[in-house]
Amino acid sequence: MSRYYTKDHEWIEIAGDTGTVGITDYAQAQLGDITFVELPSSGQQVTRGSSVSVVDSVKAASDVYTPVSGTVADANHALTDAPELVNTDAEVGGWLFRVTLSDPAELDGLMDRAAYDLYVEGL
Amino acid sequence: MNALNPSGWRPQSGEGGGAAAGPTASGDRGLALEEPLIFELNCEGKTGVDLDEADMAPLPALARFLRKAPPALPGLTEPETVRHYTRLSRQNYAIDLGPFPLGSCTMKHNPRLNEKIARLPGFADIHPLQSQSTVRGAYEVIDQLAQWLIALTGMHGVAMTPKAGAHGELCGLLCIRAALDARGDPRPVVLVPESAHGTNPATAAFAGFKVESIPATAEGRVDLAALNARLGPDVAGVMITNPNTCGLFEPEMKAIADAVHAAGGYVYCDGANFNAIVGKVRPGDLGIDAMHINLHKTFSTPHGGGGPGAGPVVLSEALSPYGPLPFVARGADGFVHLIEEEDAGAMGHSQSFGRMAAFHGQMGMFTRALTYILSHGADGLRQVAEDAVLNANYVLRSLEDVLDAPYAASGPCMHEALFSDTGLPDGFSTLDIAKGLIDEGFHPMTVYFPLVVHGAMLIEPTETESKLGLDRLIASLRSLAERAGAEDVSLKSAPHFAPRRRLDETLAARRPVLTWQGHVQPPGAPVPSEIGGG
Amino acid sequence: MRYLPLTDTDRSEMLAVIGASSVDELFADVPAEARLAGPIAGLPPHASEMAVERHMAALAAKNLSAGVAPFFLGAGAYRHHIPASVDHLIQRGEFLTAYTPYQPEIAQGTLQVLFEFQTQVARLFGTDVANASMYDGSTACWEAILMAGRVTKRGKTVIAGGLHPHYLATVRTMARFTGDVLDTRLPVLSPEPDDAELIAAIDGETACVVVQYPDILGRIPDLAAIAKAAHAKGALLVAVVTEPVALGLIEAPGNLGADIVVGEGQSLGVGLNFGGPYLGLFGCREKFLRQMPGRLCGQTLDADGRRGFVLTLSTREQHIRREKATSNICTNSGLCALAFTIHMTLLGGEGLTRLARLNHARAQSMVSRLTQIPGVTCLNEAWFNEATLILPGDAREAVHALAERGILGGVSLGRLYPDAPELHRGLLVTATETTTDEDIEALAEGLAAVFAGEPA
Repeated sequence: MSRYYTKDHEWIEIAGDTGTVGITDYAQAQLGDITFVELPSSGQQVTRGSSVSVVDSVKAASDVYTPVSGTVADANHALTDAPELVNTDAEVGGWLFRVTLSDPAELDGLMDRAAYDLYVEGL
Repeated sequence: MNALNPSGWRPQSGEGGGAAAGPTASGDRGLALEEPLIFELNCEGKTGVDLDEADMAPLPALARFLRKAPPALPGLTEPETVRHYTRLSRQNYAIDLGPFPLGSCTMKHNPRLNEKIARLPGFADIHPLQSQSTVRGAYEVIDQLAQWLIALTGMHGVAMTPKAGAHGELCGLLCIRAALDARGDPRPVVLVPESAHGTNPATAAFAGFKVESIPATAEGRVDLAALNARLGPDVAGVMITNPNTCGLFEPEMKAIADAVHAAGGYVYCDGANFNAIVGKVRPGDLGIDAMHINLHKTFSTPHGGGGPGAGPVVLSEALSPYGPLPFVARGADGFVHLIEEEDAGAMGHSQSFGRMAAFHGQMGMFTRALTYILSHGADGLRQVAEDAVLNANYVLRSLEDVLDAPYAASGPCMHEALFSDTGLPDGFSTLDIAKGLIDEGFHPMTVYFPLVVHGAMLIEPTETESKLGLDRLIASLRSLAERAGAEDVSLKSAPHFAPRRRLDETLAARRPVLTWQGHVQPPGAPVPSEIGGG
Repeated sequence: MRYLPLTDTDRSEMLAVIGASSVDELFADVPAEARLAGPIAGLPPHASEMAVERHMAALAAKNLSAGVAPFFLGAGAYRHHIPASVDHLIQRGEFLTAYTPYQPEIAQGTLQVLFEFQTQVARLFGTDVANASMYDGSTACWEAILMAGRVTKRGKTVIAGGLHPHYLATVRTMARFTGDVLDTRLPVLSPEPDDAELIAAIDGETACVVVQYPDILGRIPDLAAIAKAAHAKGALLVAVVTEPVALGLIEAPGNLGADIVVGEGQSLGVGLNFGGPYLGLFGCREKFLRQMPGRLCGQTLDADGRRGFVLTLSTREQHIRREKATSNICTNSGLCALAFTIHMTLLGGEGLTRLARLNHARAQSMVSRLTQIPGVTCLNEAWFNEATLILPGDAREAVHALAERGILGGVSLGRLYPDAPELHRGLLVTATETTTDEDIEALAEGLAAVFAGEPA
C-alpha cells in the first residue's frame, strides 16, 4: 500500500522516502469552493499532526495537518493561481506539499482507503 | 365649451396588455438607479472645490521631495458629487428605512438630536491638544459620560479611550495582564466560551494569551462544571458575554465570577448585549472586573456602514489602577482635567498600562452618547431594556411554531431571539430565509452565529421598533418559513428584488480586485453604466 | 418617551402573546438579588430635546473653537475646510444608519464607496492595495508593525525619532505585551532628520523601520534612502503619514520604496472632533495582501452577471479566524472613510495638488512672519504646512499665555515630550488654507507681547 488517510481528511502518497500530501475529495466537498491555499516553504521541519498549510474557502479557514514528520521537500505552487484545483482534483493534481519522511513508522497508525471510506460513512 | 383638450394630454392607466418591460437604454429602472465608479465618470480637469492659487513657489529645500506627477485621483464638481453619492446611498438598506434585526448588533434608531449636538463647533471644531483652559467643556462631557457609565454598571472606574468594542476588549485584557504582572503572576491562558464573538479569542491572542474554549450546556449557557474543572493557576481570566450570544442571561454569573476570583483570575464581560439589561441590572453586582460598552450599540451612536464606534471599559476596583492613559479627573479646583503621562503618577495612576491610541478617545461618539443618555434618563434607559426584551420575546413566541427555537422551552429570552435551521426541508438553509427577508423589504437577522447552533438565526428587534413594525416582520418570516416548508425553489435564488442578486464571493476571494484597475474613459466613450450593467 | 414606540396597550397585548403577566417575568433568569427594583437612584430622569440641547450647548460654549480664534495646531490633527456637501452626504440615513455591509445585495452603496476609498488611498499612498480603514493613524501604525513581523518573521522594530509620540506610546504599550523589541529614539532638534543614524540601526533582525513623513517636527525624511537600506537588510519600510494633504505636494511613500504606508485620514472630510473619531489609512504591496488587517472590499459579479462589490478575504478576520486572525479589529471608521472619499472626490488629484500648494504657501508666510520676532528661529530646512519654531523661552508657557489672549498658538514640544527638557523651547506651528494673514499677524503680535511680558 502506498496511499494512507487520516481522520482529519488528509491523504499521503508514499514514493521512496517522500510523501505527497493533500486533502481528500470528501474534505473538499465539505469545504466548498476553495479560494486560497497557504503553502509551506521547502526546507521547513514539520512534526506529525502540526498545521503546515491552510485551505481557505469563503467563510472558513481550515488547517491541514501533516500526517508524518520530516522536512518539506516541495509545495504545489500551481495552487497559488488556481486554488480551485483542490476542488476539481483533490486527490491528484490538487496535492498540497511533499515531505521527506524522518520516521516511516509513523505511517503505521494511518488508514487505508477502505478504512477511510468506512470512517467517512460513519460521520 | 371653448377648447377640447388642446394639448392632447389625457391621463391613462397602464395599457399594452401587461407585457413585461425589456431592458432600458440607461440600465436604470425607474427609481432603481445604477451608478458607475467615480473613476468611470468624466473627471478630466474637474474640481468641486474653489481654491486660491498659492502665492508662493515651494521652498527650494523642498524641491528634491516634490511629487513627479499629481496623484491619479478623479475629481468631480459639487452637483456631480452630490448626485453620485446620493445615487449610491439608495442602494443601501438602513435603520431609517425599516427594522434592522441583526442579533448582537443592537441596530436601534439613531436620534438626530445627537447628530446636531456633535456638530456644535464647541465640540466638532476643537483640537485635542488645545490648552486645557480652552476645552473645559469637552473634558466635562467625557467626565459626565464616564459618571453615567459607572453608575449604570455599578463599577469602580471607566477607561474612555478605546475606539470600538474590540479595542475595549483589548483594554480590559491589558488591564488583566498588567494586574497579573504587578503581582508577579504571569498566567498564560484565557478561557472563552464556544458561543463568544470572534473578537474575544482574537483579542486574547492579540494581547498575548493562549485561548482555550469552554463548552456550552444544552440550555445554551456556560458549562459551570467544565469551567470549574479548567480553572487553575495558569488561568488569567475568562471572557463571558452576558447576556450571551444565544440571547440568554447567564444566571450563574455571580458563581462563575466567584469561582474565577477564587482561582486567582479575572472576569471580562463582553458588553455587546448591555442593551438587554441597562438600568435593570448592574454588571458590578455580578462580580465582573471589566466590561466594554459599545456606545454604537446600547447608546445609539450611528453605525455609519461599519463604524466609527467607541468602546469605553468599566473596571472593578482591582483593575482600575491599570487602566489606560490619558483619562479625565475632577481636580481640587473644581475643573475636570486631562491626566496624561506627566501627571499620572501624582494622580495615583503610575501602574497604568499606557496609551492605546493617539489623543483622548472618540469625542464625537461621547457627545452623541451623552445626549442619548440625558434624553432617556434613568427611567428611560430602564424602559429601553424592558421594551427591547419584550420585543424579542414577542418575536420568539410569534415564530416558535414555524421556526425551530432551540432554547425557547427553557424560558424567556433577553433582547434577542435565536432560531436554527432544524426543521427546514433538505436543500433549504438559513441563508435562503435571510435572502428571502431581503425581498420582503427587511434587513436579514444575524445568520450562522453563534456557532453553537446549526444554521443560527439571531433576531434582535431593539426597543425602537413599534408593534406594527414587528408584526410586519413576523408576518414576513412566517411566510418565508412556510415557503421553505413548501419547498418553494424561488427562495433559493432570492433576493430577486434587491439592487443586486446573490454575489459571487468565491470569485472575489480567488481573484481579488481591491482597487479599480481600469483607465479613465476618454470623452465620448460609452456611458459608464454599461460597464457595470453586464 | 419620544424614542420608544410601544404604548401600554401594545405592551399588554404583547405580554398576552408571550404568556407572561409582566415584563419582570421576562427577566426571570436574572437572580433576584441582582435585579434593580426601580431606576438607579441619584440619576436624573428623561429630558426633552430642548432641555438636553440646552445642557449640551452650555458645555460646548465652554470650549474655544478653532473657527473663532487664530488657530495654529497640528501634530497629527489638522484643520481644513470641509466642503458643505460632505457633511450633507454623510448624514443621509442610508449611509449614516446602515450596518457593516455583510449583506451585499442591499449594501452596494457602502461597498462601492469602500472600493472607491481603497482605490483613492492606494493611489494617494503609491501602494498596490489599501484596506477599508482602521480606527486611526496610531492604531494603524501598530497594526503595520505587527504585519511586518508576520511577513518577515522577525521581531525587532526600528522607530525614527520623528514618529508622533502618541503613536510611539501606543506601539510601546502593545509591544510590552507581545514581546516585540523596539529600538526607539527621541527627536533631535536639527534642521533635517538624522536618517543616517536611523539607517545604521537597521540590522538583520529588523522586521521593519517606521518613519513618519513629514515627521513630528515637520521635517521630511529621505524615504528612498531609508527604504534602500531597509531592503538591503531584508527589512520593510513602514511610512506613517499624519497629514495626507502633504501628498499633494511631496512624493507618495509607496513610490519611494515604502512597503507599508499607514496614516491618519482625518485631514480630509473628518474634522478635528477633539481627537476622534478619526480614520486609519492602511496600504501596502499586493504580495502582503493575505497578511493585512481589517476589512477589504472586492469586486465581483452577481447571479445575473452584473458587477457588484463584497467584503472579501474574510478568512483573515476575527469573525472567522478567531484567535488566528491577523487582527482583532471589527468596527472600523466606515463613515469617516465615506467623508474622506467624498472630500477627495470633490478635490480630485489636481485639487489636492492645489490645496497642498496653498497650505505650503500659507506655512511659508507664517514662518517668515514669525521668524521676524526677535529670538524666534525656524528649525526646519524644509517643511510642508507645519514647522518647528525655536522660542527664546519655554514654549509650553507661551502657548498657555497665548490661550489667555484667545490665540490657539500651536503645540509645544513640552506638551508632547514632558520628560525631554532639551526640546521645550520648540513650538510646532501649522498653517492650512484656513489660516488668514490676520491670524498670522495676531499670533506674531501675541508672541511678541508674551515675550515682552505684557499682561493678557
